[in-house]
Amino acid sequence: MSFITGVGLTAYGRHEGSSSLDLMSKAAELAVSDAGLKRGEIDGVLCGYSTVSPHIMLATVFAEHFGIRPSYAHAVQVGGATGLAMTMLAHHLVEAGVARHVLVVGGENRATGQSRDASIQALAQVGHPDYEVPLGPTIPAYYGLVATRYMHEYGVTQEDLAEFAVLMRSHALTHPGAQFHDPITVADVMTSKPVALPLKLLDCCPVSDGGAAFVVSRERTGETGVRIAGCAQAHTHQHVTAAPALSELGAEISVAKAKAASGVSISDVRYAAVYDSFTITLAMLLEDLGLAGRGEAAARVRSGHFGRDGAMPLNTHGGLLSYGHCGVGGAMAHLVETHLQMTGRAGNRQVRDASVALLHGDGGVLSSHVSMFLERVR
Amino acid sequence: MSGNEQALADWTSGTDSIVYQSCGACGTLQYFRRSFCAACGTPDPAEKRASGEGTVYATSLVCRAATPETRAHVPYNIVLVDTVEGFRMMAHGDNDLSIGDKVTARFARFAGHLVPHFSRTEA
Repeated sequence: MSFITGVGLTAYGRHEGSSSLDLMSKAAELAVSDAGLKRGEIDGVLCGYSTVSPHIMLATVFAEHFGIRPSYAHAVQVGGATGLAMTMLAHHLVEAGVARHVLVVGGENRATGQSRDASIQALAQVGHPDYEVPLGPTIPAYYGLVATRYMHEYGVTQEDLAEFAVLMRSHALTHPGAQFHDPITVADVMTSKPVALPLKLLDCCPVSDGGAAFVVSRERTGETGVRIAGCAQAHTHQHVTAAPALSELGAEISVAKAKAASGVSISDVRYAAVYDSFTITLAMLLEDLGLAGRGEAAARVRSGHFGRDGAMPLNTHGGLLSYGHCGVGGAMAHLVETHLQMTGRAGNRQVRDASVALLHGDGGVLSSHVSMFLERVR
Repeated sequence: MSGNEQALADWTSGTDSIVYQSCGACGTLQYFRRSFCAACGTPDPAEKRASGEGTVYATSLVCRAATPETRAHVPYNIVLVDTVEGFRMMAHGDNDLSIGDKVTARFARFAGHLVPHFSRTEA
């Protein structure tokens, strides 16, 4: 068994003067304290990467900076899926008895530490260096390609996609740590600046500073336990040119394996935390995961299904699209919010019942997938 | 290349050509050049020149570029094309291309590189 025993999250947006290590440390301190542990009790560290401050040994750089001497430590790199991939590894590490309390941490000063062009340029390098990057694509363009194809095959419109941006923004309005606090409408999304059509500015997540962390432990440390019921991965390709057909993408594979590993089915799920780098990402993943029928996710947004008071509350902190995206920490905020919901600590965002949650992360261009079920135990 | 196959020059090295590989053992085609077939592992897949004909699979019109060199070209259309030979490739295309259009490649200069550029095939 493994439990998420503590979580920590900074506000996302601009943290002038904070380094990646500062943001990681801040989130880590919050998570360790939330778990009711002392730093010295942390015997495992998993961290992501920082595009602003690349290092070949970031986990030990962090451990030294934070002031701990773990018996197990290294970095993990799976793009946007890194946070859940680290959580999956921590789950297996504590189950195998390699460590008792694994600190999972990500943080980056991606907004203030480098120019937006530098961020976009760094991220575009997930493309093939010989066959894609010379064509000048950007991350929004890779997802723009997926979007036109998805819209073509399933009759999804740009207005449909805009609904997801509006939903995430409406959730962010209720979280003080979110990067954006101005309400938006479908019309605002439709008239926002074109980035890589069909994706416009408000279809895209921002570049943010921020940090997130959690502790994965063999035994629960608090009254309410949040247990990792099961998780799985799937990796079908790296480059969008080599991606399989839309019906054969990795999310469907990883969620099927996670269901088998956990014994949880989609009808058991009461809360969803799904990767939302772009509106198309969220629309596709919801349908791939079985949280909506093909081409029907937008209709479910319109009917309130994914709202705080709906049948399947989704990313109640505002997601990457509106809470913000600081790299590895970006999607870790989804898990932090899920934990707060499951332990009844989400305040004015609290949903009725978050007893079982499905989390899903995506790295690259729908290349790497991690699905995870969490279950509350008392 | 480790065997007797000669690597054919293509647009990635500045030559007006699209090249793909075909495995002599299992028949799988691959576009990204390797010294082996990624499907079965057999070494030295045959190198072949593509006709430059295909069908548009997906498009995305880039309006916000990340470097000064590419910004000079916006908007430019990134396309995925399914070639008649049977492999998929990324390229540039005319800005008004739609999914399903039959297209033919030419070559153009873009930000210091030679790139394949697809236009609708003349009827």
